[in-house]
Amino acid sequence: MAQLNVSITPAKIYGIALQLGSIILCLIFWQVAATQRLDFGLITFNNVPTPAAVLSAVWQLIHSDVLWPHLISSLMRVFSGYAVACVLGIGLGLAVGRSKQAEKLLMPPLELIRPIPAVAWIPLAILMFPSSEASMIFITFTGALFPILLNTIHGVEAVDPRLIASARSLGASQSAILREVILPGATPSIITGLSIGMGTSWFCLVTAEMISGQFGIGYYTWSSYVIQNYADIIVGMLLIGLLGMGSSYLIKRLGNFLTPWYRLQGKS
Amino acid sequence: MTIYETAQTQSSNADINRSGQGQINARQISIHLGEGAAEFEAVHSVDFTIAPGEFVCILGPSGCGKSTLLGALAGHITPSRGDLSLDGKIIAGPSPERGMVFQHHTLFPWRSTLDNVAFGLKMQGIGKQERYAQAMELLKLVGLEDSAHRWPSQLSGGMQQRVEIARVLINKPRLLLMDEPFGALDAQTRLKMQELLLSIWSRIRTSVVFVTHDIDEALFLADRILVMSPRPGKIIENLVVDFPRPRRTELVTTQAFMRLKRHCLELLNHEEGRQLPRLSPLGLPLEPQPCFAV
Repeated sequence: MAQLNVSITPAKIYGIALQLGSIILCLIFWQVAATQRLDFGLITFNNVPTPAAVLSAVWQLIHSDVLWPHLISSLMRVFSGYAVACVLGIGLGLAVGRSKQAEKLLMPPLELIRPIPAVAWIPLAILMFPSSEASMIFITFTGALFPILLNTIHGVEAVDPRLIASARSLGASQSAILREVILPGATPSIITGLSIGMGTSWFCLVTAEMISGQFGIGYYTWSSYVIQNYADIIVGMLLIGLLGMGSSYLIKRLGNFLTPWYRLQGKS
Repeated sequence: MTIYETAQTQSSNADINRSGQGQINARQISIHLGEGAAEFEAVHSVDFTIAPGEFVCILGPSGCGKSTLLGALAGHITPSRGDLSLDGKIIAGPSPERGMVFQHHTLFPWRSTLDNVAFGLKMQGIGKQERYAQAMELLKLVGLEDSAHRWPSQLSGGMQQRVEIARVLINKPRLLLMDEPFGALDAQTRLKMQELLLSIWSRIRTSVVFVTHDIDEALFLADRILVMSPRPGKIIENLVVDFPRPRRTELVTTQAFMRLKRHCLELLNHEEGRQLPRLSPLGLPLEPQPCFAV
């Protein structure tokens, strides 16, 4: 298998230079816009901290003893909400994808709930759950549920009916078909859902942590705004971006590990 | 052992079917497909019997209902009228007793070749060691023991169909159902596969129902050909093919073969000019539905 192609060509160097240049250009623009306090009328850089200020805020945060409590409480919330969303999303997705009855029973309320943004859940979440911790977990859960659910349904429905027919002809029971055909067949799509869901779960974190608490990256970002520590807002945003990207990447790696056969398809 | 060598043994046990199983009785079979206004009769009042160990080809143009009939034998389609039985037992739903090979392979892409072949035994709850040993035997039978640990997508089209045949045979079916299994292969590979199939059949003597629209293929393989005409699909001729076995590729150039071929061509020519959509053993071909993931 000629999968690895590590030779460095001029075209590749040019490509990397272009990508790096684009990031550097953005940083330069940010620096200039922030120091010159550019005002375009519609959008103003008057209160935006400079990259240097953000960097020093990062430095301070790293050397303070609040970083870990913030990180750990955010990670706990995101992963608890995400774990519940995985179980429910994949479980319901399999049921809906396999059974017309389940689809008719479950999809109308789910489709109704789906477009409701995380912010809109805040009041109800506070009223419904005994602790603010639980309501925050619930909100990250709503973010992850739908991408996982919809991709699972899509994956199950996309399984080749001939494979199912073949499995039945080979003596597979209904439960064996689910285990041996439907689930592995839907796995690539489920992993796509898990990866997107991971991203949206982080996406909902700031919303969730607006509820209360003393810790969490989202709380840190929001409170920085309230106490007018503008550089820290950007530190918080970058942290969420970084953590979201990192955990999505982990899910993708896990996916590749679970479906070694998938990348080979269509390459034979 | 090469295909050629195994072909030598074909004649010696050609008439032996120790179990005496695999008797098909079809009486007044009609099959309707589609719903509501789009409903039509794909197969109309068909009668036939197949003796244990017999190799029968169903020959007919595209869309004549031959695959539909095969689907009914497999148990994927329920006839709207008539009785269909295997060894006196009415066919109701799919069973490992009636193995099915499709035109395009249906190997599980997430299982190795060996695991695919062993699938039927796994469904019977047979332990790993035992089922791998048996699967290996069958892979040897189709000449693919070296590919046991490869993914199906890493095999060629011909190899995939050989694995598919091995996977079906591991269940020791009384009846082997084949829906144009070599239709998607190139001419050279197709000839090799036909010889291989005959060689396997000479050793594992099940009844075979082989659907094809290729006259040469039907004449080369079959003991008997059921010729079908379309809409509604009915059997218009029951043609006994008594070329001696073992058969070699040279058979297709003999006078006797040509004569039968001309006869088949005439039978099928009656239906020329009508192009019907291909039907599948699972009923109507599925309309591709737009499906979006978010």
